[in-house]
Amino acid sequence: MAKNKKPHRGKGVTRREFMTNVSAGAVAVAAAGTLGAKDAEATAVIKPEDMVTIDLQINQRRHRLLVEPRWSLLFVIREKLGLTATKFGCERGECGSCTVLVNDVPLYACMMLAMEAQDLKITTLEGLMQGEALGPVQKAFLEQDAYQCGYCTSGQIMAAEGLLRKQPHPSIEEIQTGVSGNLCRCGAYPHIFKAIAQAAKAR
Amino acid sequence: MDTKKEELYFVHNTPVPETPAPGQKPEPWQQTQMVGQRRARVDGYERVSGTAAYPSDVILPKMLYAAILRCPHPHATVKKVDTSAAVKMPGVHAVISGMTPATNPVWNYRTWEGHLKKSKLFDPHCRFEGDTVAAVAAETPYQAQDALRNIDVTYDVLPYVSDYRKALDTGTPNIHAEGNQVGQPQTQERGDVAQGFAEADVVLEETYYTACEIHTPLELHGCLANWDGDRLTVWESTQGVYAVQATIAEVLELPLSKVRVIGHYMGGGFGSKGDTSKYSIIAALLAQKTGRPVKLFLTREETYLATGNRPSSHMTLKAGVKKDGRLTAMEFTAIGASGAYPAGGTSLLDWLIKDLYTCPNVRTHTTDVYINAGPARPFRAPGHPQCAWALEQMMDALAEAIAMDPIKLRLQNIPDFSQARPGNPPYTTTGYKQCLEEGATQFGWQQLRKKYAANKKDGNWLRGVGVAGSSWFLGNGFGPATIILKLYADGSVNLNMGASDIGTGTKTIMAMVVAEELGIKPEAIQIEHADTGTTQFASVSGGSKTVPTEAPAVRDAAITVKRRLLEMAAEDLKSKPTDLSLKNGKVFIKNNPSKAMPITAVAKLKQHHVIVGVGNRGPRPTDKTVIPFAAQFCEVAVNAHTGEVQILRFLGAHDSGRVMNRLTYDNQVFGGITMGIGLATTEKRVLDHNHTGKMVNRSWHEYKLPTSMDVPADMQSVPIEIPDDVANTTGAKGLGEPVTIPTAAVVANAIYNATGIRVTETPVNAVQLSQLLAQHRKEG
Repeated sequence: MAKNKKPHRGKGVTRREFMTNVSAGAVAVAAAGTLGAKDAEATAVIKPEDMVTIDLQINQRRHRLLVEPRWSLLFVIREKLGLTATKFGCERGECGSCTVLVNDVPLYACMMLAMEAQDLKITTLEGLMQGEALGPVQKAFLEQDAYQCGYCTSGQIMAAEGLLRKQPHPSIEEIQTGVSGNLCRCGAYPHIFKAIAQAAKAR
Repeated sequence: MDTKKEELYFVHNTPVPETPAPGQKPEPWQQTQMVGQRRARVDGYERVSGTAAYPSDVILPKMLYAAILRCPHPHATVKKVDTSAAVKMPGVHAVISGMTPATNPVWNYRTWEGHLKKSKLFDPHCRFEGDTVAAVAAETPYQAQDALRNIDVTYDVLPYVSDYRKALDTGTPNIHAEGNQVGQPQTQERGDVAQGFAEADVVLEETYYTACEIHTPLELHGCLANWDGDRLTVWESTQGVYAVQATIAEVLELPLSKVRVIGHYMGGGFGSKGDTSKYSIIAALLAQKTGRPVKLFLTREETYLATGNRPSSHMTLKAGVKKDGRLTAMEFTAIGASGAYPAGGTSLLDWLIKDLYTCPNVRTHTTDVYINAGPARPFRAPGHPQCAWALEQMMDALAEAIAMDPIKLRLQNIPDFSQARPGNPPYTTTGYKQCLEEGATQFGWQQLRKKYAANKKDGNWLRGVGVAGSSWFLGNGFGPATIILKLYADGSVNLNMGASDIGTGTKTIMAMVVAEELGIKPEAIQIEHADTGTTQFASVSGGSKTVPTEAPAVRDAAITVKRRLLEMAAEDLKSKPTDLSLKNGKVFIKNNPSKAMPITAVAKLKQHHVIVGVGNRGPRPTDKTVIPFAAQFCEVAVNAHTGEVQILRFLGAHDSGRVMNRLTYDNQVFGGITMGIGLATTEKRVLDHNHTGKMVNRSWHEYKLPTSMDVPADMQSVPIEIPDDVANTTGAKGLGEPVTIPTAAVVANAIYNATGIRVTETPVNAVQLSQLLAQHRKEG
């Protein structure tokens, strides 16, 4: 793959933009996902010899892996590399639990194949740590209690980190838009907004 | 009836031992040092650094991934399951179904009357789309899904009924042998309703409707099961590890001691992870069959179909009021749907009608029905937000009809005892009046009402404000609750508690209680919790009862440890234990604080290495009832042309007794409001009644949760802090559910104030409102 290749999803920073881009794809996923469908055609099966070797650059470390072409970046990050801060939520680009930075842009790791992620600079929540110390956005989330169950939190922090890398001094509207692709069912949004504003000041 | 529902809701399937009384009832706290402060969470580092291992994060060597094949029809009988192709697929280790009797144990469900009814793990009679048919364990989740697609199931597709309002019509198919009515319709009556309406100056009647909501916590439902010989360990995303342990032990016929369930972190439940699901059994069976650890987390789509919901409610309310604001009578008739199995389709739906306002003549009538759709589960304050949607809009309408301020009408009718509970016990405390008054002051209610009465228009937008109030039927905790506290010789503390922290900050509050009593820093306290192998019994974290249940037990344990420590220190200080006190890690003589020694210097503690204190939850007051109260306020802008609704700000004034941690308290208030905004404006399960009976919107794209763009950044929490010392020894009442009860009604009342349109059906979105606005314009 070419160097500096842009991720396929462009700048799908927000859930809204993202939805307009991939709505056709989402419909296809929905149809294929019909439960218990007795599909006439047997599913094509990947044989071990069809697996491919890829190089991933995650949190400034290179990983060489053997993957099935269909494996998502999310699956590989979590289940193969054990970087479990990045969460499964929907696996279809709806919730943002799996948000990672790809070349500094927050993207959904469930919507990118691991193969597509080669030669891109990927950062997960683990990559924001400074050794054992929390990064500024993480620290702000902790102090403002910007989470409840904590499950969407890594995605929220990555979206916030991406926002602040692009716009170091966001307005409240920019903050709300910046995490609008990240669902929080506990509803910690007001504290999330505060945390991002605090992190912007601290950076 | 209510007691029974309480049991069904909270301790279903869970053995309940007697609660031992605590040794000595401590005095209520006067001035607290730690409790009530704004404290970041004791496990905050784990949650923001990503080191917290949620059950779905756990990875074990040789682990397999499982997936469940679910019935694609709302109603069908499984005739045959052919797994011959699936078992040969690459990576597949096991396939189980109703055709493999060794892996199809009895699965009990509870009827409305409380009897156990036998069914099967893979019941051939599939009563809802998403019922379990077969399951696969394979080396990757991709291979497991491949195998599912190659299982060949022969179904007899049966006629279905998905519309709960038609479930009892003649000619509709029966979902259970006894028909489609769940138990008997419930009628409760006090006074003389006809007489009450005759006395009223104004009588209004309205029909209200709330759509079915799905919990959809961010962490998927599921678990990881692993056998070590005859001992089973399950890491499960659950609100209550002991409830899961009890069900697994019962179904797999294992001793409780051989089933260890661990749930250190969990990514949201809201009631849907209070019950134990078939997937836990399936994971255990597949792990046994393959001799490998098996991780089974559902897909998002499955969580929409099969892990519970807040049922839709169809409610008619007739209410009478005198010109002076006294309510004379209320009559409430409602229907709701349990779904395919008995699950409380109208559970607590009439509670607020019976209890929130003084009214001598009340009649409620509720009917619960079966439909061919996923069974309900308790969803944050079952029944209450729906009832508030009806009652609190009605209160608004009554106030207008008698030309009275809606807050004044509510203030006129506040009782100080429970009219719904048998024996009419007084409330221990009620802050409803203060919630309304203080909330109104902080919100600027009078000024804004006046302003918008004079002029609502702001360009294309119409502005308005709304208020609604509520209570929650269960404000206190109850036993059993056992806490073990260990004070080590170096002054650090280990707290052992069975309860789960479902995201509400339970662990942090418990550490603050220990810190308050022992005069040490919360950071010095390590908490072990939510593990049936190593921690003590606790009931499911739900019902807003975790803090009022566990905190008094923690306080009891801390007091026991303190007493023992002071006895030891008295020997060193040549004093009496009662003359000593504890602060900042030091023991000192009360009337001579200069004579002090650090905890670490206490000789006997050094010899013993540890002091162990056991704490229990004391009994509840028997002659009084404990109820949290709330009033919320909001301001909206409605686009007069498009029907778009913008919620500009929200305020929640809550009486939940003592504020334990102001930081997490406010977070709960805002979270409850956010969830209520979902009920009010975005959430609705859609079933295709006409053609397939299937669920139409089984994803977050099509079933929309409130996002960061849908909630106001301007939210305010106004605690009405009235420590409830009769309720329990910490003075705290429940908070987690009360915060979402009035919200949807607040939004509806504000929209009415802005537009003059009474929206009786959720969700209120631009689609509905633009139609109503057009109609309104036509009618002039």
